Amino acid sequence: MIGSIRLAGPRTAGSRSRGRSADRIGDAVMYGLCLLAALLAVAAIVAIAYQMIHGASASISHFGLGFLGHATWRPNPPFESFGAATFLYGTAITSAIAMLLSVPLGISIAVYLAMVAPRRVRGVIGPLVEMLAAIPSVILGFWGIIVLAPFLQAHLEPFLHSVLGFLPFFGPTPTTGTGLFIAGLILTIMVVPIIASISRDIFLSVPRELQEGATALGATRWEVLRGVVLPISASGVAAASFLGLGRALGEAIAVTQVIGAGNAIHGSWFQTGDTLASRIADQFAGATSKLDISSLFYLGVILLAIELVANISAQLISRGFERRVAAR
Amino acid sequence: MTDLPGSGPETSDPPPTGAGSTGEEPPSTGLFGTDVTDPFDPLAPSDHLRRRQFVSRLFTAGQTTAAALAVAVLGVVVYSVAARAASVLSIGFLTSGPPTTLNAPGGGVAPEIVGTIVIVALGAVIATPMGILIGLYLTEFAGRRSGPPIRLALDLLNGMPSILIGLFVFGLLVVGHHQSGFAASVALAIIMLPLIARGTQEVLLLVPVSLREAAQALGVSRWRTVLGVVLPAARSGILTSTVLAVARAAGETAPLIFLSTIYNPNIVSLNPFSHEGLPNIPFYIFTASEADEASGFARAWGAAFVLLAAILLANIAARALNRRSSLSR
Repeated sequence: MIGSIRLAGPRTAGSRSRGRSADRIGDAVMYGLCLLAALLAVAAIVAIAYQMIHGASASISHFGLGFLGHATWRPNPPFESFGAATFLYGTAITSAIAMLLSVPLGISIAVYLAMVAPRRVRGVIGPLVEMLAAIPSVILGFWGIIVLAPFLQAHLEPFLHSVLGFLPFFGPTPTTGTGLFIAGLILTIMVVPIIASISRDIFLSVPRELQEGATALGATRWEVLRGVVLPISASGVAAASFLGLGRALGEAIAVTQVIGAGNAIHGSWFQTGDTLASRIADQFAGATSKLDISSLFYLGVILLAIELVANISAQLISRGFERRVAAR
Repeated sequence: MTDLPGSGPETSDPPPTGAGSTGEEPPSTGLFGTDVTDPFDPLAPSDHLRRRQFVSRLFTAGQTTAAALAVAVLGVVVYSVAARAASVLSIGFLTSGPPTTLNAPGGGVAPEIVGTIVIVALGAVIATPMGILIGLYLTEFAGRRSGPPIRLALDLLNGMPSILIGLFVFGLLVVGHHQSGFAASVALAIIMLPLIARGTQEVLLLVPVSLREAAQALGVSRWRTVLGVVLPAARSGILTSTVLAVARAAGETAPLIFLSTIYNPNIVSLNPFSHEGLPNIPFYIFTASEADEASGFARAWGAAFVLLAAILLANIAARALNRRSSLSR
């Protein structure tokens, strides 16, 4: 701020006109640079979409939309048969597991941080939850194979099978702990802090008077949450969940490490599978034929389309939320 | 999972709720009922109220359990990494290359550490000025029409799976050329860019309008106001978001597996423009985790510990920085 005073200091009369034109040029240069950078961000999105479609063009013209419903992936030369159905299924199941667990967990943590925890506890737990999101996915995946998978295989999966085995997705436990289920759990760990921290901020933005008013009328904390906080913040929380979903759909590395790179659709969640992102991560480096590479790009196109839908939904929902809060 | 709302244990004792207190007095008919003779007597809850309070406590307990679970998972992951890395961690692990004979124990990850630092630093050098310029554009120049599309683009870029960014940069810089540390830096820069831009935008919005108006009233031109008043006032906030973006990008693995995997792991290389990739920690952990070899695992845990410690420390530092700046504001 001291620097600003120096910059704003009086000028001598002779330098005034020179200063004016320098200022005009300076303003134009700064505006131009800022606009250029902003346009580059837009260009990056367009370029990414173009690159995906361009890379996939051979596969798109070869397989067409039938690619989506086709469940074989045999890159070896005599077959060269590619389809995305297995990976669409794997993506849907792992993301569904992640969302089923992380939406209630994330919202609960957000409520704890915004309404339950004392101020000092909140100052410690909040950052710790956010640090969970900072763990690199490759480390989480590594931990998943070495630590979590044996535990799941020995304890949790047999337990779920014995209790809920009548449901087809809790099938008998296979010999390894890798599969759709552990991938869903790892994704849960990645998504929970996203939903929790965004939802907490939204809960904290709910007007205090409304909550105090409800409390003064005798509402319990749960009733304040149910009756006042959640109705106001519902769309914001939904937007946070969509952002979390976007993260779950697109995560490649940690899923690749734990999902087992299966080539078939299994009803049981304890079996192996693969997602769109993890198939690309797993096979792109080893792909040799043009059609193979192009088909992996095709998976990228599908993933990009799904991601855009999830992210734009989140934006639209949160716009509505902001408008509603502003109107209040 | 046992910590869904409503299924938690009932043993917690939340602070008293607003309505009434749980005294041991016999139930009264109500606040203004004829049975209540002394209005200053503690009010005893009715059965209905007791049930409502019980439900409220149940949910509070579930929410507390959920928070505890998240912290516990963080603790378990950090502990697992630290415990398994302990056997290999030493000064030599940080300063030496891989062992000379294959699959032998010992050795270190110095080339990977240096390579990661080079890739991430170059990425930050690309992304930081651009991110600040975009943040400036959004707060200082953008109008009603031009702001939302840029913000949307940043949010979409932020939600873009890093694997697709990897494919994009692969098609842009590697096809027809070769892998390089530079390509990896570009990919990480794309990951950092929206984080820095949105972070910058948020702190710039916090700079009081009165500062800008004061500069304007003194006849200071816009660009001088931005450079001399607005940016210095937002300095620590911008630094915070840059540190957080670097911490996020440093652990990104998905782009690197296309862009910086072919390299000589024995050589400490500083040149991101050489004709091959740079050794880096994320890909090192990824390859080791896909292999089946005990000594490689030990080194991978060591590398994971180094990376995790750096990232968590950067997060703590950014938080401390942010707290200091918000205190001084």
